[in-house]
Amino acid sequence: MRKIWFVMWKEIIELRQDPRIFGIIFIAPVLQLAILGYAATTDVRNVPIVVVDVDRSSASQDLISRFTGSSIFQLVDVVSDAREVDRYLESGDAWMALSIPSNYGGDIAAGRSATLQVVADGSDASSTNIALGYATNLIAGYAREMMEQRRAAGAPATEAGSIEPRVRVWFNPALESRYFMLPGIFALLLLVVTSNLSSMAIVREREIGTLEQLNVTPLGRLELIIGKLLPYGLIGLIDVLIVLVVIVFWFEVPLRGSFWLLFGMSLIYLLTTLGLGLFTSTISHTQQQAMMTSTFFFLIPMMYLSGFVFPIENMPDSIQPITYLIPLRYFVVILRGIFLKGVGLETLWPQALALFGWGVAILTLAYMRSSKRLA
Amino acid sequence: MRKMLAVGRKEFRQIARDRRSLMVLLFVPAFFLLLYGYALNFDVQNIQLAVHDSDRSQASRDLVNAFVESGYFRLAADVSSSREYEALIERGEVRAVLVIPSGLQRDLLTGHRVPVQVVINGDNSNTATTVMGYALSVLQTASAQYQAQVSTRSAPLVTVESRVWYNPQLRSALFLIPGLIAYIGMISSVVSTSLSVVREKERGTMEQVRMAPLGTGSYILGKTLPYFVISLATSVFIVLASMALFGLPMNGSWALLILALSLYLAGALGLGLMISTIAESQQVAFQLAVLASFLPTMMLSGFVFPIASMPAPIQAITLVVPARYFIVALRSIVLKGAELSAFWTELAALAVYAALMLTLASRRLARQWA
Repeated sequence: MRKIWFVMWKEIIELRQDPRIFGIIFIAPVLQLAILGYAATTDVRNVPIVVVDVDRSSASQDLISRFTGSSIFQLVDVVSDAREVDRYLESGDAWMALSIPSNYGGDIAAGRSATLQVVADGSDASSTNIALGYATNLIAGYAREMMEQRRAAGAPATEAGSIEPRVRVWFNPALESRYFMLPGIFALLLLVVTSNLSSMAIVREREIGTLEQLNVTPLGRLELIIGKLLPYGLIGLIDVLIVLVVIVFWFEVPLRGSFWLLFGMSLIYLLTTLGLGLFTSTISHTQQQAMMTSTFFFLIPMMYLSGFVFPIENMPDSIQPITYLIPLRYFVVILRGIFLKGVGLETLWPQALALFGWGVAILTLAYMRSSKRLA
Repeated sequence: MRKMLAVGRKEFRQIARDRRSLMVLLFVPAFFLLLYGYALNFDVQNIQLAVHDSDRSQASRDLVNAFVESGYFRLAADVSSSREYEALIERGEVRAVLVIPSGLQRDLLTGHRVPVQVVINGDNSNTATTVMGYALSVLQTASAQYQAQVSTRSAPLVTVESRVWYNPQLRSALFLIPGLIAYIGMISSVVSTSLSVVREKERGTMEQVRMAPLGTGSYILGKTLPYFVISLATSVFIVLASMALFGLPMNGSWALLILALSLYLAGALGLGLMISTIAESQQVAFQLAVLASFLPTMMLSGFVFPIASMPAPIQAITLVVPARYFIVALRSIVLKGAELSAFWTELAALAVYAALMLTLASRRLARQWA
């Protein structure tokens, strides 16, 4: 036990070699969380739009004012020639162009149907998709209002009824992408801090040549590993608490489930991240290799294949099975379940079990490999 | 210049000796493109839909058909109580529920506006937003068709005809792949250089370099050169692969593309070197590199989240993320085939960034050597 304590103390002293490390470990995650939390929005707002108004009538002015009055669109310019649209879309100054035909005002007044044209820049497909939906809705609502005005003014009434869509969204009624993204960012930051730091812990000794010295001390392999990992485990634990506080109190993401369950699951997750770090350490000769292995084979796949940003259900069937190899996948489901749905272990046990199994497996593997490398 | 090349040669030899790292730098990026290019998309398809139809009339069946025939929805369950569909949503078995009230047909015929409810599982807000858009458009089309059938006089006054340029099918792959190219370029560059200076410090070989008759400027450029060659080659290869595999078009000029890539990679390598001169240990360098490039390149660059929707202070922060400029330039060249005049500001920003990072790295090193 005392030996473990010594190794741990030695590791902390070495960490302090660069005093900035503590700022990086504790402040950077919070800062990142804060910035990314605000950045992670898929809400589409301020879509720059250019209007081609060939008509220049009061009716067309009225329509344009609908667009300027909505927070979704931002009017960049009103032009008279459709050819000018090219320039706006090409440079990205406008994402969308609304064309009002020349006899628009006259047609509306006479009760004839007029057709507007909307051209959108599809190079950012998902925003465009949403913005197009908004534009169509806005115009449809406007058309309906005009129809009702005409009816009120004595125009012949319509006989047909219509369907009025009412949408309800569960778990996240305002569709705050923040609620959805923050738990994922939390998991990723935890991974970055703990597994990166620990991945260099043992390989550093090897690179500098001090591992030989450690081997001749009366220090067991297990004691060395535990002593090396404990400081990072503690760091991870403190990070969990700090970051959770920011998520719950600053961003006010509702924590509908149990805090202790969340905390316990985070501990299990730390097992896997530390295990990954240790494993990387045992298969690398230099810190550079450890960094590459960790970045390319652990961090990036975790980021892209965990369902953290890109939904797994959208992936092709051939790739979906790969995602079962990603521990973060399970933790993301657990986090979103506890935060947003307020469910407990009765629903989340398969994920919890998978995560735990992963952690035990990778730690055992790293331990077994280290016996060959350390002795 | 000769000194710079000498440093470059030394670094090259060092890279070549570490086979594993070289292989990783050369081949992993291409492998990533393959894997993630297929894996990533925001195209929501086959949305599992449950129907709670209390009307059971011709009109309600038509409405359900309209959902199925739209191609976005797949009928997963037909339920007869709200408790049933609540359970389905909670277990994640359906994404959306269409709730048709009793009396739909009767009310439609008597000229009423009938509320039809759509319940959506919002746990993934991105998907939910898309699902909502699809559901609204199906309902609106159905409503308009119904009105047109019953009476020609009630045809809507204004109709919309929409067209999408550059990416007519709105395939998310076409806008995600430029982002992915930017991401891979950034990470490979930062990973390859962020340890290069600090490693010499940690091993104590820095003293020897310091004694050599060598300016910090040529030292930094010499360190950059080999990685620049490697990452430029890899990036061009990735762009070619994207065209062959994912149908990424090439509507602009290759010369401009290479220029944009070079400026971007120089900036990314400069960032890595800058980190390497700041850090005192490789552990810290690694941590800094990951924090500076990993999440910001993905989330603050417009790759995944639209910058225009972010709050103003965050938008200001995105100005120092080089990928932001590169993605715009890349999309302009490849998808839009735009002229230089449309995106020269982005290229200028990339050039400034690269110059700034390399100068900062060399300045810091000079202070440490002094």
